[in-house]
Amino acid sequence: MVKFNRFTLDNGLRVIVHEDNTTPMAVVNILYDVGSRDENPEQTGFAHLFEHLMFGGSVNIPNYDSPLQKVGGENNAFTSNDITNYYITLPSANLETAFWLESDRMLSLAFSEESLEVQRKVVIEEFKQRYLNQPYGDVWLRLRPMVYKKHPYLWDTIGKNIEHIADAKIEDVKAFFKKHYNPQNAIMVVGGDVKLEQVKELAQKWFAPIPAGQKYHRNLPQEAEQHEVRRETVIAKVPVNDVYIALQMPGRREEEFYAVELMSDILSRGNSSRMYRNLVKEKQLFSEVHAYVFGSLDKGMFVLEGKPTEGVTIEQAEAALWEEVELLKTQEVPADELTKVQNKTESTMIFSEMSLLDKAMNLAYYELLGDAELLNSETEKFLAVTPAQIKEEANKLFRKDNSSTLIYLAEQ
Amino acid sequence: MIDRTLAPEFKAIDNINLIRPEQKKLANGCEVFSFNSGDQELVRIEWIFTNLRFDPAKPLLNMATNTMLTDGTTSLTAAEIADKIDFYGAFLSVDYGFEQSLVTLYSLTKHLDKTLPVVKDILINSVFPQKELETFIRNQQQKLQVSLQKNDVVARRTFNKALYGDTIYGLTADVDTYNTLKRDDLLTHFKQMFQPSNCSIIIAGKVEQAALDLLADTFGADWEGTSTAVDTTQPEVNRATEHFYFVEKQDALQSAIRMGLPFINREHPDFPAVQVLNTVLGGYFGSRLMNNIREDKGYTYGIGSGITSYKQGGALFIATEVGADVCKAAIIEIEKEIGLLKTELIPNEELTLVRNYMLGSLLGSLENVFSHADKFKNLYFSGMSYEYYDRYTEIVKSVTADELLKLANRYLDFDQFYKVIVGKY
Repeated sequence: MVKFNRFTLDNGLRVIVHEDNTTPMAVVNILYDVGSRDENPEQTGFAHLFEHLMFGGSVNIPNYDSPLQKVGGENNAFTSNDITNYYITLPSANLETAFWLESDRMLSLAFSEESLEVQRKVVIEEFKQRYLNQPYGDVWLRLRPMVYKKHPYLWDTIGKNIEHIADAKIEDVKAFFKKHYNPQNAIMVVGGDVKLEQVKELAQKWFAPIPAGQKYHRNLPQEAEQHEVRRETVIAKVPVNDVYIALQMPGRREEEFYAVELMSDILSRGNSSRMYRNLVKEKQLFSEVHAYVFGSLDKGMFVLEGKPTEGVTIEQAEAALWEEVELLKTQEVPADELTKVQNKTESTMIFSEMSLLDKAMNLAYYELLGDAELLNSETEKFLAVTPAQIKEEANKLFRKDNSSTLIYLAEQ
Repeated sequence: MIDRTLAPEFKAIDNINLIRPEQKKLANGCEVFSFNSGDQELVRIEWIFTNLRFDPAKPLLNMATNTMLTDGTTSLTAAEIADKIDFYGAFLSVDYGFEQSLVTLYSLTKHLDKTLPVVKDILINSVFPQKELETFIRNQQQKLQVSLQKNDVVARRTFNKALYGDTIYGLTADVDTYNTLKRDDLLTHFKQMFQPSNCSIIIAGKVEQAALDLLADTFGADWEGTSTAVDTTQPEVNRATEHFYFVEKQDALQSAIRMGLPFINREHPDFPAVQVLNTVLGGYFGSRLMNNIREDKGYTYGIGSGITSYKQGGALFIATEVGADVCKAAIIEIEKEIGLLKTELIPNEELTLVRNYMLGSLLGSLENVFSHADKFKNLYFSGMSYEYYDRYTEIVKSVTADELLKLANRYLDFDQFYKVIVGKY
């Protein structure tokens, strides 16, 4: 149970306060309701590049990092297809420094050409390091456009290609800021050794003067249901073959999401999971095998992945993966097995309460989903899933004509 | 109107309060340390064993023995072990380190009576089934093949091999090395290492008396050591004479760079001060290496430096992946930054920032009771007392730019650096 209070400033900024007096630290987490799905298809990778530029100085403060480090604070940020999330942890006695820094960059950036030039290079190196210079590193660059034909999830947060990043202009940066970075599109969580009244005062002082800006109305092309088998084979400089099967699945806010996520746990969470036990240990068809979901706000991806052991053909490997999911379609999951993955979900939620930053990020994300209070009822939703629902969802999900298969063949 | 150009006032961190453990020795020699704090009804328990003396002829033995602890006992199969743990929403992991290896259990307190017996069983009755061993070897070989395609992994292995030679720290197994693993060796290793007298148990979380009693009852009885003493001494480290290594990768878009040299460890009186020096150089996001090589030149996504502390001495290292075309330029800049530390005093403003950052970072690292237990482990396994953190805090606050300049000249000889480049040069 994560307790909190919340209020909204006149300019639309939503503020959530979570008091936790077991720590001498405070956390300030700001979620901006913008991700790579909001990008122009001709300027992909922009939300993430923009995240880097948020550290390049703001209108009144030339350097973001140093003043924070000087008061003993640390910060970072991440960009996903759905959101951009910034966070600070610092000794609670210096909480105001975080308000000063965050409010100034919400007010306006410095928009320095020099910062843009350097961060373009840094992000291009990130592109190379994480996506191009790693075995299988380009998997999402290849798989996303197979699963999505219309929806902007068809590109990864890093962008479609390096050229899009290299071409970014300062005017584009300014326009992106104006469109997405304002109090109405943000959710702030302040947690740790703080008091509600103190946060109210600080929010009033630093954030209330920021103009509300324009509300961004999202209107994205939604992905049509898939009714065709999609597949691609690449011969790559990888040491062993790899099979990826991605299926379209319900979005994060859909009721069906919970049953689908539990299916991925049944298949591959921990050493007692079905795929690990049957395919890695018993039949020894794979050296490793995984099932996981992308809990995206719009239609997501359910992914099955495995590296076949030597001598196992791609056909055998694919057939074995389908055989496992076929079982979920035809036979109800035994009650004990379902209880097992539900217990795991429940204890994971409790363990995540040990981390102040996790709590703050979760509160912000659930507020974006509709209501921060949803965080506290999440476990119940997983516990309420029945074997019959799992079977029903398995039948909707695991259709060959809902699948996109990507095969990596090791170059001989 | 507020003046947004002015930073709010701030307070420096005065002192750090660490939670210290309650200690208890069980009749069979097993030490128990407990940290009681927090509101959630859960605990983390670690069973920590000091590694046996490293045998260069069987380099993977320690790793394999530890990793396969969950693969079967006289009464439970690997599948049954996994079932029992997962059913109660617990997490069980086995990890091997250079000096200690450990079994970690995360469990809700209410399920300890179900989860503890499983841990006891694997610590006493593991059998390392032949079939599981074969699966393990095959899967590890395939995973290793994937890792060896990563330039940063190859750089780390090459660096460690040069610095530590044929010791556990320099371990660079290739695919064939896995074939030297034999079940009988694992069993012998297991019997020698997993004895109560070689075990420290650390429990952290909401530790009530009932949980402590259950822990003591479970692990204090029906678990006796063998009469042979555990040999945990380690062979001397022999460093390579060659200091430069270039592993060419024809199509590399980036080159991995790893360089550094043997260094003092935590027990040395200069350790806290050289950590300040390291932080200035590459120990945080605003470090000189990051500022120069990422934020000014844009050569890399990230660069950092760090100090590892082992019983037989530590190492200082710098690691990064840079655009293949700027590899030489990046190395020149690294050398330049090290030179600056030796010739110019660190400006007051930068030093103040680093002091505050380090203290804030220490405070922030104490996120929950688990982190307090982790701090204790750092001390306990280096044979040090809590006085270390008092001294650390004091030195971070007070070390002068003059002293840091002297330390840089004493410890940072770029010509003595081992340098590894994987990719293009």
